[in-house]
Amino acid sequence: METALAGLVGLFYAVAIYLMLSKHIIRVLLGIVIFGNAVNMTIFTAGRIVREVPPIIPAGAERIESVVANPLPQALILTAIVISFSFFAFLLVLAYRAYQELGTDDTDEMRVAEPEGESLPPLGY
Amino acid sequence: MAAPGATSIDTAAAHIAGATALADWLVIAPVALPILGGALLLMVRHRTRVHAVLAFLFLFASFLSSAFLLARVVSEGPLVMTMGRWLPPFGITFNADVLGATFATAATFVATVAAVFALRDINVTGRRYGFYSFLLLMVAGVDGAFLTGDIFNLYVWFEVFVISSFGLLVLGSERRQIDGATKYAVLNLVATTVFLITTGMLYGTFGTLNMADIARKAEGLRETGPLMTIATLYLLAFGMKAAAFPLNYWLPASYHTPRIVTSALFGGLLTKVGIYALLRTMMTLFPVEREVLSGLIGWIAVATMLLGILGALAQSDVRRIIGFVVISGIGVMLSGLALGTPLGVTGTILYAVHSILVMTALYLLAGLMHEAGGSYSLHETAGLYRSHPLLAAMALLLVLAAAGLPPLSGLWPKVMLVKASIESGAWWLASAILVSSILTVIALGRVFALSFWRMDAGETVERTDAERAISPGAGYGVLAALIVPAIAIGVYPEPFLRLAAAAAAGLADPASYLDAVFPPGGGS
Repeated sequence: METALAGLVGLFYAVAIYLMLSKHIIRVLLGIVIFGNAVNMTIFTAGRIVREVPPIIPAGAERIESVVANPLPQALILTAIVISFSFFAFLLVLAYRAYQELGTDDTDEMRVAEPEGESLPPLGY
Repeated sequence: MAAPGATSIDTAAAHIAGATALADWLVIAPVALPILGGALLLMVRHRTRVHAVLAFLFLFASFLSSAFLLARVVSEGPLVMTMGRWLPPFGITFNADVLGATFATAATFVATVAAVFALRDINVTGRRYGFYSFLLLMVAGVDGAFLTGDIFNLYVWFEVFVISSFGLLVLGSERRQIDGATKYAVLNLVATTVFLITTGMLYGTFGTLNMADIARKAEGLRETGPLMTIATLYLLAFGMKAAAFPLNYWLPASYHTPRIVTSALFGGLLTKVGIYALLRTMMTLFPVEREVLSGLIGWIAVATMLLGILGALAQSDVRRIIGFVVISGIGVMLSGLALGTPLGVTGTILYAVHSILVMTALYLLAGLMHEAGGSYSLHETAGLYRSHPLLAAMALLLVLAAAGLPPLSGLWPKVMLVKASIESGAWWLASAILVSSILTVIALGRVFALSFWRMDAGETVERTDAERAISPGAGYGVLAALIVPAIAIGVYPEPFLRLAAAAAAGLADPASYLDAVFPPGGGS
């Protein structure tokens, strides 16, 4: 199970990185979404996958005797999902505003902050 | 819940008995106070008059608590507080040692000063859009990163300050800001995601996220676990956050676009969190892996400091020049990490404190020069020496400080780093530090010569009355508040050197750090 998931995670990373290498913001954003999900699956797989047995101590017992699912990765993933979701919401708005203001989603043409052909500082006076 | 009558489960082995001592709450005060303040400011969003006062009070209180925390940590050793009473490694631990407390003190001091400067830089609209809330939350994130003892929690604090910094960066919504923010946001998101990937792998390998626990278990896992991969990925993630070459292009693309006080805070605080995280992971968690990577880190350091300052030489906008000077300073700090000797790491820590103070001051200086001369461009400002002699004096001091010349704070860390490089036989590192210092003198000296000494720029700037300085006195006071500690470090370095040396010792030999989290003979 881990091996199959690891392969899937690798595929996710490949797709995400391919998309993020694009110079169009919209593809970069799609890449970021997949990247975020790839990370969540990485953590999930890294926590080892045990199905069927929930991590609950039976009544009367003091500790868990058998192998159970690890709850911590799920807590980590939940945190990461919330964070990446809020980031992505911000990025979507930012990209849309950038498209409105700059009239392009091509990063090569987004040169307002760093204009091309700026003059060198004066060499003397 | 167990049914009545059933035996209650004995959790003494995993729980802290009794309440936390009142004095120990000091550990989270530098984080809790700014969060409370930020939340409070959101509630009074429309009453912009009280924003600055409240923000100042909360920031000053968190500065005081960081300073008390530092004093206590220096005298009594690392302080630990565990959340939810779960003993480490189960609960999230806050762990203040000398390094974290020193950085937190410097960061809250700079933020307090910047909050005062923001009075003249941020208008009512900016305050209503939440400038001070963002500022406080960013400080909370930065302090949290400095004080936490849990690596996943470190990731959360990274996200806290990164998302607050997005808010600060786009405040004003000018075209250049949106352009810069797009690049900043995407690249910083990628960096923190790489951090998260690595943390996931680390959890898969170690089964724990507590940093002291990781340091303890690393020895046993070195043969079987992919520790080298994890250490390299951390170098990638934190190197990107710290703006190390070749991952630094987000910084010159964005740091000159927001309000000048925001640039000042970013230049002073954010890249230093990356350096802090690198020091913590490389020195405490993966010292053996750092040894292997030291050559790579060394060449990254050389490339960062030299290419950074060469970038500064080619710019004509003062803010962009300072952005490249910030990058060059990151290279200098990385050189100490590459060496890994006590002297080198001490130099890095002292340089980071110096950089927090001086880079913020340089940006604020640029803001005051803009108020006085009407432009950020070197083509357009001139003659400030005649009209603003006091500003010229402070500018000269800051140029000396940034270049590492006496009598200011830049001198001693550079002396230590050069000495440490020569002791380790890394002559190339020593010469790169010296060459980058000379180039810094040229880059910033040119700003001074053109903007202050030059009588006439040839091109006159149309100035409206709104741009004219409101009250130069307050701005000078703010700048002086940053320059005075820089002079203190330069003239009387002894206590600061001791502090940095103690911080470096705590990093290199984490025994006291481990003992604080896992008391010998008790706990787990």
